[in-house]
Amino acid sequence: MEKTLQRDSARKIGSVIAWCLIAALYAFLILLDNVLPANGFTLMLIPVLKKGAIYSLICVSMNLLNGFTGLFSLGQAGFLLVGAYTYAVFSVPAEQHDAVYQYFDGGAIRFSIPETLGKLLGENAGNFLGAVVCIILAGLVAAAFAALIGIPVLRLKSDYLAIATLGFAEIIRAIFQWNSLGPITNGSNMLRKYTNFSDICIGSLKLSTAFPFFISMVCIGLIVLLINSSYGRAFKAVRDDEVAAEAMGISLFKHKMLSFVISSFFAGVGGALLAMYQTTVQANAFKSAMTYEILLIVVIGGIGSVSGSCIASFLYIACNEWWLRFLDSGSVSLFGNTIAVPFFRDGFRKVVFSVLIMVIVLFFSRGIMGDKELSFAGLVRKFQKKKSPDGAKGGAGK
Amino acid sequence: MSAFFQANLPYLLSGISVGGQYALIAIGYTMVYGILRLINFAHGDVFMVAGLVMVYASASMPMYLSIPLVIVVTVVLGFAIERVAYKPLRSAPRMSVMISAIGVSYLLQNCALYFTGGLPQMYPAIPWLSNSVNIGPATTKIVTLVTPVLVLALVVILELFIQKTKIGMAMRAVSRDFETSQLMGIKINSVISMTFVIGCFLAAVGSLLYFTNYPSVIPTSGAMPGLKAFVAAVFGGIGSIPGAVIGAFIIGICENIIKGLGSNWTVFSDAFTFVLLIIILLVKPTGIFGEKATDKV
Amino acid sequence: MSKTDIVLHVEHVTMQFGGVMAVNDLSLDVPEGKIIALIGPNGAGKTTAFNCITGVYEPTNGLVEFCGLPMVRNYPHGKMKKQYQGSNADKYAHDPAIAPSPDKITELGIARTFQNIRLWKSMTVFENVLTAKHMRADQNVFSATFRANAKEEKRMREETEALLAEQGLLQYKDELATSLPYGLQRRLEIARALATSPKLLLLDEPAAGMNPQETAELAAFIQQIRDEYSLTVFLIEHHMDLVMRISDYIYVIDFGSEIAQGVPQEIQNNQHVIDAYLGVSEE
Repeated sequence: MEKTLQRDSARKIGSVIAWCLIAALYAFLILLDNVLPANGFTLMLIPVLKKGAIYSLICVSMNLLNGFTGLFSLGQAGFLLVGAYTYAVFSVPAEQHDAVYQYFDGGAIRFSIPETLGKLLGENAGNFLGAVVCIILAGLVAAAFAALIGIPVLRLKSDYLAIATLGFAEIIRAIFQWNSLGPITNGSNMLRKYTNFSDICIGSLKLSTAFPFFISMVCIGLIVLLINSSYGRAFKAVRDDEVAAEAMGISLFKHKMLSFVISSFFAGVGGALLAMYQTTVQANAFKSAMTYEILLIVVIGGIGSVSGSCIASFLYIACNEWWLRFLDSGSVSLFGNTIAVPFFRDGFRKVVFSVLIMVIVLFFSRGIMGDKELSFAGLVRKFQKKKSPDGAKGGAGK
Repeated sequence: MSAFFQANLPYLLSGISVGGQYALIAIGYTMVYGILRLINFAHGDVFMVAGLVMVYASASMPMYLSIPLVIVVTVVLGFAIERVAYKPLRSAPRMSVMISAIGVSYLLQNCALYFTGGLPQMYPAIPWLSNSVNIGPATTKIVTLVTPVLVLALVVILELFIQKTKIGMAMRAVSRDFETSQLMGIKINSVISMTFVIGCFLAAVGSLLYFTNYPSVIPTSGAMPGLKAFVAAVFGGIGSIPGAVIGAFIIGICENIIKGLGSNWTVFSDAFTFVLLIIILLVKPTGIFGEKATDKV
Repeated sequence: MSKTDIVLHVEHVTMQFGGVMAVNDLSLDVPEGKIIALIGPNGAGKTTAFNCITGVYEPTNGLVEFCGLPMVRNYPHGKMKKQYQGSNADKYAHDPAIAPSPDKITELGIARTFQNIRLWKSMTVFENVLTAKHMRADQNVFSATFRANAKEEKRMREETEALLAEQGLLQYKDELATSLPYGLQRRLEIARALATSPKLLLLDEPAAGMNPQETAELAAFIQQIRDEYSLTVFLIEHHMDLVMRISDYIYVIDFGSEIAQGVPQEIQNNQHVIDAYLGVSEE
C-alpha cells in the first residue's frame, strides 16, 4: 500500500516537473525567437532546435513501426516526401504560382490554404491556421498512400517487407518527379515560396522555433498515448510473437495496417514540417539514404524507446550541424589557438559519424535508452529511494 | 516489329550489357542471402568502392597491375566487412544484422565522399573494352558484347565450383540448414567468408564492366545498381544463382527499353525495377526459381 | 449426445505437407463441458490437428464446426485441394468457411496454448493477460488513444487482476513473463487464453516438462477452471496419468490416423494403443 502511495506521489511530482520544464522550454523558445540577439550562438542553436524537433517526430514515427510493431519498414522517405509535397502544394500563394510553376503555366492548383484562410481571419491567423490545416492534410495524404501500399505489402515478412517498402518509396519518388504530374508537383523542379516557419506568428510574437516544437510535441504525445493504450499493447504483442498474437484474437493485418497508417500519418506531418524548415522541397532529396539516416538515429536512441529517439535526434542534429562542424573545417581551435589538422576536411565529420554509428550498432546495440523510457516519475522515485532507503517516508515531497 | 527492333537496338544492347553487370552484383546478394538470410545492403557500395579503387589505381600504375589490384582490394574489403560487421552479430536478431549492413553502407559512402571530396571521379578508359564497335545501325563499346559472354562463363565456373568442390558442397549445405551444418562439423565461418570473397570478386569484375559505360564514379554510384541487383536476386528466387542472372538480365533490358520510350518515362526507369519487385513478391514471393520455406508453429 | 451439445465437430480433416499425411481423415466430437484428450506418439499429428482447428493451417480437406457453425472447411479455392485424392475429396466443396484466420476463430470462442510456450517476451505477466483482452475490448483506435473510454480500460485491468489472483499469479504481476519458472509460464499461458473468454480451451501438452507433483496440481487446476468458467477442454498430452485421470473421452492417433477412441479404461486396455504407444512409452 505504501509502495503504491509512494509511486503515485512520484508520478505527481514527476508530472509537475515535466510540465514546468515544458513551460520553461516554450518560454525560452519564444525568447529565442523574439528577444535574444542574433549572434553566432543563437544562429547555430535555432536551426538545430527546429530540425531536432522535426527529426524527433520523424524518428518516433519510424520507431512506432519498427520498434513497437516489429515491422521493418524502409519506406519512411517516401511518406516524408508525400507529406512535404502535400504541404507545399497547398500553401504556395496564388501570386507566386507563375514563378514557382514556371514550366507548367502556373500549375493546376490556383489557391493556397493559408492565403484563403488569411482573407477570412487576417494574415497572421491565416498563416498559422493554414499551416496547421496543411500539415494535417499532409499527414492524411501520407496515411492514404500508406493504406494503399499496406494492402499488398503488409503480408510480407521481415526483410521482404523492408525491401518492398523501400521499393515503394522509390516508386513514390518517381511519380512525384513525373512530368505529366508537373502541374501539381512541379515535376523534378523544386517547390518554393510557400508558408514557412518565419511566417508563423501571433500578433508581433514570432513563433518560428516554438511552432515546430509545438506540432511535434503534440504528435509525439499522441503516439505515446497510442503506445500506452490497448492498441499499443496489441502492437507489441504482434512484435513479440505473431503466432501467439493471432491466436489471442489480435488480427495481424488490421493491427499492422493501423500501425503502418498511423506511422505514415506522422511521417507525413514530419515531412510537412521538414518542408517548412527547408523552405524549398525537391523530390530528389528523399532518397533511401534519408530512410537509412532516420533508421540509424532510431537505433542510436534505442529501438522501442520514444524518449531515446527524441534524445538521439537532437544529439544527431546538433553534432551534424553544429558541434562536429569543425571536423570539416580543416582546423580545430583549442584554448584560443587554431591548430590546422591535415585530415580535417570536407566529409570527415560524416566519416567520424558513421564510425560512431557502427560502434553503436556493434557494441551498444541497445542504443542510448534500450527499450526503456526517460520519465520524471522514475527519476523522482530514484531520488526518493536514495533519500529514504526504507521507503516508508517517501512521497513527502509535495 | 523490325522497326521497333531497329529503333530499340541500342537500348536492347545496353540493356543486355547492364543486365550482365547487375547479374555479377546480384550473385553476391543471392549467395549471401542464401547462407546468412541477410540483405547485404553494403554490397552495392563495395561495388562503388571497386570503381573508385580503379580510378585511383589507374592514375598511378599501368592497367595490367591496376585491374588485379582492384579485384584484390575489393575481395579483401568484402572479407573484412563480414568479419567486422556481420560476424559479431551471428546470434543477434536478423533486424540487427540488417541495420549493421545499412551502417556499413553509410560508412562506405561517407568514406568515399571524404576521399573524393565529393567530386565525381573520371573513370579511366580500359583499353580494348572501351573501344567502339558498330552493330547494324547502333554504335556501342566492346564491353557491351563482352559482358554477356563473360557473365555466362563466370556463372558456369561458379556453378561447377558449387556443385563439384568440397567447399561448394559445404556452401550448399549451409544454405539449406545453417545450424545442422554447423553440427555436422562444417566450418561455418570459412564458408561465409568464402561466400563474401566470391561475391566481392564478381562485384569487382562487374564494376570494371559497368563503369566503363559511365564517365565517372560518385559515392552514391553503387546504391541504385546495388538495389536493382538485389531485386534481380529476389526476382529470380533468392539463393538461386541462375535465377539471379536471369532476373538481372530481365531488369537490365526492361529498364533500358523504358529509357527508350521517351523523356517523359525516363524517370520511371528506376522505379520500374521496384514495381517488378512488388509484383513478384505478391504473385510468387519465392521468385522464379526459389524454394518454399514453412514456418513451424 | 444430441447435436447441440457438440462444441467442436471435426469431420474428415486431412492435412498434407507435400507427400506427408500429417493428419489423415480425422473425425472427432468434443461435447460441451467435457474434458477430451487427443493422444498419440511423437509425430502422430496431434499439434497439426490443433493447428487445423485453430486456423493456423488450412486443411487439405475436411470440415471443422464450432457450435454447429462451419468454421474451417475445404472449399473449391482451397490451395491444396488439387493434391487431395481421398474418398471425401468433393464432399466439402461448397461455401467458404466463416472464420478463415486464427484471430477470427479465437473471436468465436476457441482459445489455445502452445506446445513450446509462446508468451510475449517483452511484456510483464500482467500485460500478457491484459493484452489478450484487447480483442473483446469495446473501443476503437481513437477512443483508446484519447482515453475516451477510461471505464473500459479500468474494467479490463480489474478483470486481469482478478484472473491473475485466481490463478495464483498476482504476486508476479510486474515481472517479465519469461522470467517466471517453467510451470508458472504454462499456467500464465492458460490464464492468457482464459482472458479471451473462450467456450472451448485447447491445451497443447500443458504438462510438458512438469514433475509428477506439478502434473497432479495441473490436473486439479484444469478441472477447476473447466467448472469455474464453464469451459470445454480439448487437450493434447503425453502424461498418461494426467490424461487417464481427467479425461472424459480419449482419441488416439498414430501416423495422422485415428487408431482408437473411448473412455480411459477402454483405451488402457486397447491392444492397438498399447502396441502403438502406451507399451513403449510408459516407464
